Amino acid sequence: MVLSIASWLCLVSGGLFCVVGALGMLRMPDFYTRMHAASVIETLGAGLILLGLMLQAGPTLVTVKLLFVGLLIFFASPTATHALARAALVRGLKPLLAEPEREPSKP
Amino acid sequence: MMFAAAAIALLVTLAMALARAALGPTVFDRVQAANTVGTIAMLLLSVLGFLNGRPEFLDLAIVYGLLNVIGTIAVLKYFRRGDLGDAGLEGEGR
Repeated sequence: MVLSIASWLCLVSGGLFCVVGALGMLRMPDFYTRMHAASVIETLGAGLILLGLMLQAGPTLVTVKLLFVGLLIFFASPTATHALARAALVRGLKPLLAEPEREPSKP
Repeated sequence: MMFAAAAIALLVTLAMALARAALGPTVFDRVQAANTVGTIAMLLLSVLGFLNGRPEFLDLAIVYGLLNVIGTIAVLKYFRRGDLGDAGLEGEGR
């Protein structure tokens, strides 16, 4: 019973975080901020949903497989995000700043 | 029931990511959206396995995740080096 309630909570809050992250991906004004919003999906959303599934599966091989899926997301998505930000910077995509960029001060 | 709720939330997320991929002003937005769609597909495969009572779908999720990583990195490499073709900030040897 307790396990079922915990699993419910994890799955529902994980789905909520996924939807919030996708909303950020749609609504944010700039590529870099959108990237920030998308990382919510891959950390909290994926983690909570996989945790909920693990609680539901119990100590079996399925849990090990879920753990592998989680590890894959945990290591791969920061790598992809880093490569993406680097590629965008190298291609000259400027971040949107709150205040105009100041000239570097003269010595 | 709880798996259905999670699956619906993931489907909504998938629709929003697809909208961003269609709208995205730069190519990097589209790559980001494709990466997100891959992650959501992994999660959706896991949840669908539980929803149908067939956890073998997790194997498909693992394979899909591996392919997703390789695809994202390869596309980024192409857009970094293939189109503009200059070394940029990176210095030499790249």
